[in-house]
Amino acid sequence: MGVELATDRPGFYEMVDVDVSDSELVYHVRDALKSVSQGDSDHYNQLIAVMHYTGRLAPDEVAMLVTSLKALSGSISYIDIIHHESLLSSIFGMSMWNYGPDVMDALVELIISLAASNGKFVDSCLDMLVRNFMPPKSYLDLLGHPRGLARKHEVLDRVHSALSHIADLVPLAPMRLTPIILQRMPHMFDKEALIVIYVESMLLLESSALGELVGSTMLMALVDRLIDLDVEISWDDIIHEDSGKGIFDMELEDVDDIIDHAEIDGFEHPRGTAGSQILGTNAVADKLDSLMVLICEHLKSCADGERLTKVFETLLQSFWVTVLNAYKSKFSQFVMFYACSLDPEHCGERFAVFLADIFVCRTHPALTRMSAVAYLASYLSRGKFLPLSLIASTLKRLVDWCLEYCHVQNGEEKTINLEAHRVFYSGCQAIMYVLCFRMRSMMDSHRLKSQLLHMPLEPIFCHQLDPLKVCLPSIVEEFLRQAKAAHLFTVSETFLFNNLLESDLSKAFGGMERLDMFFPFDPCLLKKCDRFIRPSFVYWSMVKTTYDDGEDCSSEEDINEYFDGNGKSYMESGITRSLDEHDLDLDEFEYQLNKMSITPRNSLKNGLIFKLENPFRMPARIRPSTSPESL
Amino acid sequence: MEGLNVADANLAVYIHPSKAGKVSQAILRQLSTLLFKYIEVFDGVVLAYDVTFRDKNAKVLPGINSYFGVKLKAKMLLFSPKPDMLLEGKVVKLGKEALHVIVLGFSSACIAEEDIREEFHYRIKHGEEVFASTSHRRHVIKVGSMITFSVKSFDEEILHISGSLIPENTGSTKWLHKHVEEGSIVERSIKKQKQKDDRSKMQEHCTGILDNAGLSLNAEDQPKKTKSQRII
Repeated sequence: MGVELATDRPGFYEMVDVDVSDSELVYHVRDALKSVSQGDSDHYNQLIAVMHYTGRLAPDEVAMLVTSLKALSGSISYIDIIHHESLLSSIFGMSMWNYGPDVMDALVELIISLAASNGKFVDSCLDMLVRNFMPPKSYLDLLGHPRGLARKHEVLDRVHSALSHIADLVPLAPMRLTPIILQRMPHMFDKEALIVIYVESMLLLESSALGELVGSTMLMALVDRLIDLDVEISWDDIIHEDSGKGIFDMELEDVDDIIDHAEIDGFEHPRGTAGSQILGTNAVADKLDSLMVLICEHLKSCADGERLTKVFETLLQSFWVTVLNAYKSKFSQFVMFYACSLDPEHCGERFAVFLADIFVCRTHPALTRMSAVAYLASYLSRGKFLPLSLIASTLKRLVDWCLEYCHVQNGEEKTINLEAHRVFYSGCQAIMYVLCFRMRSMMDSHRLKSQLLHMPLEPIFCHQLDPLKVCLPSIVEEFLRQAKAAHLFTVSETFLFNNLLESDLSKAFGGMERLDMFFPFDPCLLKKCDRFIRPSFVYWSMVKTTYDDGEDCSSEEDINEYFDGNGKSYMESGITRSLDEHDLDLDEFEYQLNKMSITPRNSLKNGLIFKLENPFRMPARIRPSTSPESL
Repeated sequence: MEGLNVADANLAVYIHPSKAGKVSQAILRQLSTLLFKYIEVFDGVVLAYDVTFRDKNAKVLPGINSYFGVKLKAKMLLFSPKPDMLLEGKVVKLGKEALHVIVLGFSSACIAEEDIREEFHYRIKHGEEVFASTSHRRHVIKVGSMITFSVKSFDEEILHISGSLIPENTGSTKWLHKHVEEGSIVERSIKKQKQKDDRSKMQEHCTGILDNAGLSLNAEDQPKKTKSQRII
């Protein structure tokens, strides 16, 4: 029994000057705990008071807290879940962010012992640790400072090692951990810093030893969260449906330039709002952006650690369940794009084959198949890292499927029910879209050229179902133009579309969801994660078309010139369909372009109407207008 | 180790019609949700199962989702520790106040200080924390050793066992095994000796008796037999 000195200050350890051994303290605590059930709670309450020390603690307070925690660790079997409820709730309510390393260590030791000693405490202990993934709200601002960062590392190191210790002692703990983590995940309308720091811990868990057990759930929950945020960004902020601009218009390649213009205008936009010119709901877009950056960084580290193939399977599963059928996901799919770019041989190919399998499989719903082929077409066109052989073989698969479909249709119908054949039309459009991007490269390769020339494209496109009339006009036109230049096949009718971005026919097969206009891997508009995507992305301006004869050298130069040391690409003369043209400062455009002195000023002022035969179609890159358009 | 038993069960698994093409897979998936959970009906934690079909036909349930019920016969390996049963587990953490053990790789057990008998004292030997027996020098429990303990209680939700090292037949499994073996060898040798002694005694006794018996037999027989048939 401890000796109680008569002092004025009521404290738990009143023998401050007396050298007390650890075991005596432990007995003291045990007595305090035991006496609660007998009705005497004085010492017990004093113990609870120690747990509630807050703010900047004096050294002796710290010492008291540490010794109390250690003594509690030694009296685990005396802690009763009912009698000592208030003590337990005090302990579980403690945030490690408020204390120094000594207290953190003692607290963690106590939590681990509690979890291992009694099954009833496991959930609460895990919950306490998961809550410590995030700092108290007041601490969030400090995270930017070095002191805050140091504290963050101190806390998270201990939290994660505690989780792994508990998993060692209680093998079924990871099973209980997963629902707790999912439950405690910050809501998507919470502060960005909070979401980011929580997701960091989730990804840490995925790569830790526990990752074997909880990793896939973490990733799937993250992709779900990406889609939740994605869906909150409305399409109206990005696209104007009546803009009348072609699919192959200039694309916004460098978001930096837009932001620079905003600053030149004379007023500084804070970092987030510069994006508001492009995306209306910038807060949500920023959150999505930050999360995607985190995931991309994590994927990179997985690739470095040679775990990517396994992680990719989980991602693929998640994509299939969540992203594929989400109504026109905007940016979340770039996570898949980046993962594929990290390992083109396995992941890159796997993704293409996966999408093609869904398209050809009859048991999937039509919308899923159409969505899959839209993803496939966009992916094959935009993936710089994809070998041409893969693109060719996948194309062949699509072509074979379409051909077989054509054979099955006997041609008895006078009027074609477009909706009934929508999967076919989406397949045809996909083929055309991919060939718009890749035809030139395929023709340049001897082997693939012969493969391409042997593909039965003519029977498909000239079939009674008439995909050339039904599919999106801008794609059809570009495709035909390139096909003619490459002498792929002869088309007797001339297809003239006057300023048609879409036709009623394509709308019919695209359905309410407008899957005829779904190009999922169009340039990513999120600024921060764009740097992961850009190196492996094919912009339309980079594409050499089959009618680009004699311009090879100059176009090469052009490209080199335009990617200067700053990494800024040249500003094309067009406005992308991502921007409302009135928002843009045309003067700045002109300034940039005149610097390069390529296109006459007039063209710009007229709102991008070129003196060409096909007024609506923009050339893919800036060229002197005297270049012959050979058709 | 006690607490493990194999039970035969007749089960019916209800499968969604979309899985009608892959019935075995669906059944196995359904049954695997039972693994490592305490199932009240079986009164134990299911560790493994082996399934055979009882009937080729399955009854389709009426209703919107026409699940069909496949009848199965299953052999289930169940783990149901009851108080006072003896279990074996590996020590993963050793402290002055408690011993943490893992049983069968999935169930955590904790033995508190007051449930460890007086014989064991907490010591630090060669920098390692151990529980050493005071009566038998070689009887030592440390991290990594397998121990036999008796069950105090079993938390069915988290599959956590509260154990005790109070009974005499608990402690380090290796030591107990050897100790018991040695004991039996000694016993057997004593027994053998005893048997030998007895037998030799009996033999003497028997031969004595036999001799007497033989003589008496002869004597007895004689009157029965005729003079002419006397057995010599």
